[in-house]
Amino acid sequence: MKEQLDQIFSRHHGTRDALIPVLQDIQAEYGYLPPEAMEAAARFCRVAPVEVYGVSTFYAQFKFSPVGRNLVMVCQGTACHVMGGARVLEEVQSRLGIRPGQTTADGRFTLETVACIGACALAPAMVVNKDTFGRVKPEKIMEMLNGSGS
Amino acid sequence: MENEIITLTVNGKSVQGRKGQTVLEVCRANGIHVPTLCYHPKMPPYGGCRLCIVEIQNMRGLPPSCTTPATDGMEVTTHTDRLMRVRKTVLELLLAYGDHNCLLCEQTGNCELQDLVYEHGIEKVRFKGEFKPHPKDDSNTMIVRDQNKCVLCGRCVRACLEVQVNGVIDVAARGSDSYITTFNHQSLKDSTCVFCGECVASCPTGALTYKQARFRGRPWELKKVATTCTYCGVGCQLELNVKDNKVVKVTSDHEIPGPNQGSLCVKGRFGNDFIDHPDRLTTPLIKENGEFRQASWEEALDRIAGRFESIRKESGPDALAFFSSARCTNEENYLLNKFARAVIGTNNIDHCARLCHASTVAGLATSFGSGAMTNSIDDLKNSDVILVTGSNTTEMHPVIGSTIKRAVKSGRCKLIVVDSRKIDLVDHAEIWLRQKPGTDVAWLNGMMHVIIKEELYDKKYVDERTEGFEELKKAVAAYTPEKVEEISGIPKDDLIAAARLYASAPAASIAYAMGITQHINGTDAVKSVANLAMLCGNIGIEGGGVNPLRGQNNVQGACDMGCLPNVFPAYQSVTIPDVREKFAKAWGVDSLPGNVGLTIVETIDAAGKGKVKALYVMGENPMVSDPDLHHVEEGLKSLDFLVVQDIFLTETAQLADVVLPAACFAEKEGTFTNTERRVQRVRKAVDPPGKALPDWQAIAALASRMGYEMNYPDAEAIFKEICAVTPSYAGMDYQRLDAGGLQWPCPTKEHPGTKYLHKDKFVRGKGLFHAIEWIPPAEPVDDQYPFLLTTGRVLYQYHTGTMTRRSVGLNERYSECLVEINTEDAARLNIKDLDRVKLVTRRGQMEAKARVGEMTEEGTIFVPFHFSEAAANKLTLAALDPQAKIPEYKVCAVRVEKVA
Ligand code: SF4
Ligand code: SF4
Ligand code: SF4
Ligand code: FES
Ligand code: FES
Repeated sequence: MKEQLDQIFSRHHGTRDALIPVLQDIQAEYGYLPPEAMEAAARFCRVAPVEVYGVSTFYAQFKFSPVGRNLVMVCQGTACHVMGGARVLEEVQSRLGIRPGQTTADGRFTLETVACIGACALAPAMVVNKDTFGRVKPEKIMEMLNGSGS
Repeated sequence: MENEIITLTVNGKSVQGRKGQTVLEVCRANGIHVPTLCYHPKMPPYGGCRLCIVEIQNMRGLPPSCTTPATDGMEVTTHTDRLMRVRKTVLELLLAYGDHNCLLCEQTGNCELQDLVYEHGIEKVRFKGEFKPHPKDDSNTMIVRDQNKCVLCGRCVRACLEVQVNGVIDVAARGSDSYITTFNHQSLKDSTCVFCGECVASCPTGALTYKQARFRGRPWELKKVATTCTYCGVGCQLELNVKDNKVVKVTSDHEIPGPNQGSLCVKGRFGNDFIDHPDRLTTPLIKENGEFRQASWEEALDRIAGRFESIRKESGPDALAFFSSARCTNEENYLLNKFARAVIGTNNIDHCARLCHASTVAGLATSFGSGAMTNSIDDLKNSDVILVTGSNTTEMHPVIGSTIKRAVKSGRCKLIVVDSRKIDLVDHAEIWLRQKPGTDVAWLNGMMHVIIKEELYDKKYVDERTEGFEELKKAVAAYTPEKVEEISGIPKDDLIAAARLYASAPAASIAYAMGITQHINGTDAVKSVANLAMLCGNIGIEGGGVNPLRGQNNVQGACDMGCLPNVFPAYQSVTIPDVREKFAKAWGVDSLPGNVGLTIVETIDAAGKGKVKALYVMGENPMVSDPDLHHVEEGLKSLDFLVVQDIFLTETAQLADVVLPAACFAEKEGTFTNTERRVQRVRKAVDPPGKALPDWQAIAALASRMGYEMNYPDAEAIFKEICAVTPSYAGMDYQRLDAGGLQWPCPTKEHPGTKYLHKDKFVRGKGLFHAIEWIPPAEPVDDQYPFLLTTGRVLYQYHTGTMTRRSVGLNERYSECLVEINTEDAARLNIKDLDRVKLVTRRGQMEAKARVGEMTEEGTIFVPFHFSEAAANKLTLAALDPQAKIPEYKVCAVRVEKVA
């Protein structure tokens, strides 16, 4: 990891201003922000590690665990909400045993929520990788996950 | 410009302020109340809570007064219906997004949120927040974090980042999801938190509270007694919170004047549970047939008086010796000095300053004419460069450590660290020089070599205010950066850069501690430090100075009080007949001894040889603190009679014939003198346990029994006598000290005390340069003992651990000796983190667990000395500095073995 980080750092000045670009590069490299990389970034930019944590949790773009092989997005927009999107989310959470933003221990699924994916007519909606599912019934969820996930 | 007076109208009344103040500051200064929550006077304003909003003529919206600069002619209104409506809404939202059950909250009665809600007459919360409860962080024994009571004011974040500069916590996420977190959401216990408690002190609500104080008293039931911390030489002012004769918790107040402005460290804030520990001594003990039995004060004092009399009669006064204590008050130290000299008639009195800073006292006295810290703690903020060497400041003097980190963070000050260990301050330093232990004179000479060669020194200052420059110049000529690199391992370019940086500063301060002093050439190293500072004109100016950081809470005072074998109070020499006469008169005796007495290490030797027969130890623990412990034990065991006066049955007390139970700092009145020469009050908060008495009462009672009346109604009466015979304290009294302490010299009642010494003129006239050659450590490494051993302290323990090891919180953090070893060395020896290792030197051995890491350099081993079961001082060398007689704790040769 040290070499990759050194490479990233070599492209920036070690100041507070560089923090966000540095974090973006780290995420581009690893797909998320590993804790050790955040600590290294803190040393490089001469800020406290917790400041890096504070800044990176402020922006939705940063992820804190590696992204799984399959991305599951459950819509929580208004239309889906009205049509039972919350129950869909609950079901996915309990099936996979993770909360939004987390990844299953086997690295298979990462769960995210989104606010409207433009399929309101089909609410409640859910996306697994490239497949969009509409009128999702909680009891069918495992099927969808297994069908579309690798 | 800063002091330009401006006039504003607030609520229709004309008020005055200074340019640069905020609207809120002007209001507060004029006694106008504006509600606030995120504002804290110690911190930069944040403008987050919006409670301090006001209306300002010609300004749109409702600007927060805490961030709005006050300007001349401004018209401000603090209370209107509109303002009250917005404030109410803000408060209701805070209540909706939290779980504020005041009934169950420790902070009730002392909570700013509670007060604000009451002030705004909020009966009912109109909103229902989608509030998701957070789990409490109850992971440690000191601080409870209950985020459900957090109002996200950010005060704790600024306390940690801006005031203590620890940077452990921050706000994560955003909007209504935000919360306070450590790095990667660890519990406080697993985070980098050092438990200074600054965040707790600054939290306006019950989100951060003292765990040990839970259910032990509501705020209005607690009596707060302001006093001086007993732990280290910083001398922080703190408040003991008392209920039912028990200290429930320790708080701080930034409005109490003192060196710390409300900051404390973990020991001061969480380390005072030793006070009512069941192990406290409560009655005198007399040893009979090898066993202690309880005794009355009468019997114990009679026994001591009788034995002292007979030993003096048979073997003369110099067969008795006294160890006074850097932990006791000035009054007690003064009295013991008087007892030894006037009652017994010996100069055999010394204390553990010998073991830490005797070389400072000796070195600085010859260079400058006074052996104390030249400048003040607060003055560090005026330095352009601070050079820290041989001081792990953030652990040993935490509050000074934070002062230094704040100075660096402000951007005006650059830090140079010279230390063989990778201490925390290294992270804040511009330049870090990693020298081999025992090579300080070499790198100091090297820096001066560069400064002289490049003509960066202060020629005018050197000409006008110093002498001996030519000799110095000759001596350092040989210390080229190349040669210094060979000796010390410091890369020559780094040395040159450090020399240039130090020399370029208009005001540069040097702070050092035992890393410089505890060597066979400790006095030389101190003189070298003095040389460097004088060379660049840094003595006698604001922000400059040579600042030895004294270890124990009253080590400066014990020295000032004459608990040294060669001087009376205020360093007046025992060898000068006029001085002796003056003290004989003051003390009402015919004559006083004029021969210099024995130092600590010499006393132990003399005891072993039967020359010293009786020893009186007040509040010290030489059985852990002194070098070469086998030798100490032999010495103490050969005594005819040993008296120990302490708060616990220490390792030393166990060897005593008579043990006297002492009151601790919270149980008596008096004064301590901190490292910056500031004399501060110690006040009684609780009664001593059982029959324990303040040390001064025991000494006075003993003197009276021996036919010398010591009638003092209270500690203040002793202090008056001190001021009469100690010129540097002459202008002090308890009333004056109550206003925030006074820094000596303070010769008259009108004198404000002295912030920095040697202004315009050195105490000795001209500052004296010394030509000094580097000599290698007494015990070099060899094949058999291939590592350098160095000893020291850690944040969570103090001295020989008698108090700190009885504190729940401190022991949770650091409860056993950990031997630090470098990763590379550990790999070679096949030692893993927390493996047991054995350390062997020519004098002894010890076992402990290893801490593998990068703190120490390859080839070097570090051991903290606080632990009697893993006593580092079984290993150390009693080789003495010939000038100050300080032992070489910091370097000896050692072998490391893995224990199978
Ligand atoms: S106790 Fe001190 S170090 Fe720990 S979080 Fe609070 S302010 Fe920071
Ligand atoms: S924990 Fe206390 S100080 Fe910190 S943000 Fe919350 S309420 Fe403010
Ligand atoms: S820094 Fe020293 S004086 Fe201050 S609280 Fe800590 S131990 Fe006490
Ligand atoms: S709200 Fe779910 S797709 Fe629009
Ligand atoms: S006190 Fe001014 S915004 Fe909080």
